[in-house]
Amino acid sequence: MGRKAYLKIFLFLLPAILFTAIFFITPAVMTTIMGFTNMDYRFQWNFVGLYNYFKMLIDPLVSKIILTTFVYTFGTLLIFNVTFGLILAILTTSIREKNGIFFRTIWLLPRFTPPVVYGVIWLWILSPMKEGLLNSFLGYDYMPWISNFPWQVIIITNGFIGASMGMIIFASAIKSISKDYLWAAKVDGASWLQEIGYIILPMIRWPVAFITAYQTLSLLTSYEYILLITEGGPYFKSTVWSLYSYKVAFSSYAGTYEFGYGAALATVLVIVGIIASIFYWRIFKFKEMMEEPKIDVV
Amino acid sequence: MFKKSNNEKINRRKRKVNFREVGIFVFLTIISVVIVLGYFWLFAGSFSGELVYGIIPKGFSLKSWRFLWENPFPENPDWPSIWPILFNTLYLGLGVTVIVVSVSTLAGYVISRMKFPGRSFLLASTLVLHAFPAITLLIALYYILKALNLLDTITGVVLAKAGFFTPFGIWIMKGFFDGISWDMEMSALIDGATRFQAWHKVMLPIVKPGIAAISIFSFLMGWSEYIFVITFNRSYSSWTLTSYISAIVSDYRFSDYGLLAAVSLFYMVPVILFFIFTQKYLMEITLGGIKGGR
Repeated sequence: MGRKAYLKIFLFLLPAILFTAIFFITPAVMTTIMGFTNMDYRFQWNFVGLYNYFKMLIDPLVSKIILTTFVYTFGTLLIFNVTFGLILAILTTSIREKNGIFFRTIWLLPRFTPPVVYGVIWLWILSPMKEGLLNSFLGYDYMPWISNFPWQVIIITNGFIGASMGMIIFASAIKSISKDYLWAAKVDGASWLQEIGYIILPMIRWPVAFITAYQTLSLLTSYEYILLITEGGPYFKSTVWSLYSYKVAFSSYAGTYEFGYGAALATVLVIVGIIASIFYWRIFKFKEMMEEPKIDVV
Repeated sequence: MFKKSNNEKINRRKRKVNFREVGIFVFLTIISVVIVLGYFWLFAGSFSGELVYGIIPKGFSLKSWRFLWENPFPENPDWPSIWPILFNTLYLGLGVTVIVVSVSTLAGYVISRMKFPGRSFLLASTLVLHAFPAITLLIALYYILKALNLLDTITGVVLAKAGFFTPFGIWIMKGFFDGISWDMEMSALIDGATRFQAWHKVMLPIVKPGIAAISIFSFLMGWSEYIFVITFNRSYSSWTLTSYISAIVSDYRFSDYGLLAAVSLFYMVPVILFFIFTQKYLMEITLGGIKGGR
């Protein structure tokens, strides 16, 4: 292909490149640089070197937040996003298609609900007063579920959303398994569990690997439902790393907007995310999943 | 004799399958109850004056829907009425849709169909970009929007949100272009079409469902936006339904849960319409680049 051909390709890509550059890459780079300043609400670029990173090392909250982030990310990922998503996918594809779609639709609903509405629903379910669903169901007059079980609450509330992604991807992968394999297994007298264990699971290992990698990153960086439901509390008990960065930068609990420190905290998160991406890229050999184009003409 | 026993065998097998199906059905119903109850509460709470045991509606009333024709918060007379708030929310959804659809249809095609240096880098970088959380962009976006004088405006949130969603949109559109057989495009090229004509005349009509899907996705994404709105838009004139509900929760908690449920349900309308009319599309969406069943 000549230079002219590449120019055409570039023109097709230009809007995407421009847009991503201005509203994605520039802010990403800028945040990294801001991490080396002590910028606050006055927006002054005072470079202070590694000050924010040393601050992180002596920040008494940081060790607790790392633990919470770890428990939240992998707890939600393993219990809900992968395992529960897989269970939903297998079960909804094992019954009549019409019923399967019905249940998948129900589980997809939270993902498309405006976060603030989803938050309101959970605040009502978990309300400490006797009007809350859980309390009226159990007959308690007062029970502060959120402050008593903050970790369980953030894992469950996020898991109910997280499970649907795996469910959809796994279900479509299961449906695309050639029926010949399943019939052959039936002829050989395989039970339903054997069908799952020896045919379905090995055949959808790529989607499972993909969801594991993709959702690790999603969970590591998502905090909006935590902010809505527990607000990271009680105290900092359910504050994950990304939420801490947000709180430092945008909530004036410390009196000022600490953009510099918040940016440094966010930068650490990006580094962890990139390391995780590379790690997953290597162990799951994602490169093999990408098809090469078959036409060379422009 | 032989025939009979064979029939019996088949019948027994059928029965067994049915038992299993019923068992799965019951199990799925039980685990789905929490979700169903949550959404049922929105309906019950908003159309009823009183709830027994927190969930069973008693009587019918439209009192909770009064936010549509009056300010339900006399203590907060300066809160805007629902209509400018609705307009802002619609603008946010539609703005994001227009940008994301036009940008990612072009780029998705190129990445799916053309060979060029850096292609696999571009693909990989969409996954890496996913490692940049909204929080990373948020602090700098605050700065950029302030510099552009777009802070505290809906337009600012539209641009920020569209920028954030574009890589994902490209990934999805690539998946749809991947699904079209190469022969289709090849025959257009053999008939003398240029690559652009092939894209415009042959491919675009086929990926219409993809464009529809991505439009719906990005509309709902903008319509529902939470973090960008509550962080950037503080003044009343740039409120969306998200700001409105957040303000109700933080000022009144659950003192008028009927009203809270009604506004929430109002906010859910596009989502509900979407689930009724287009859920089949949604089920067809698979992420590009994954070969199912391998």
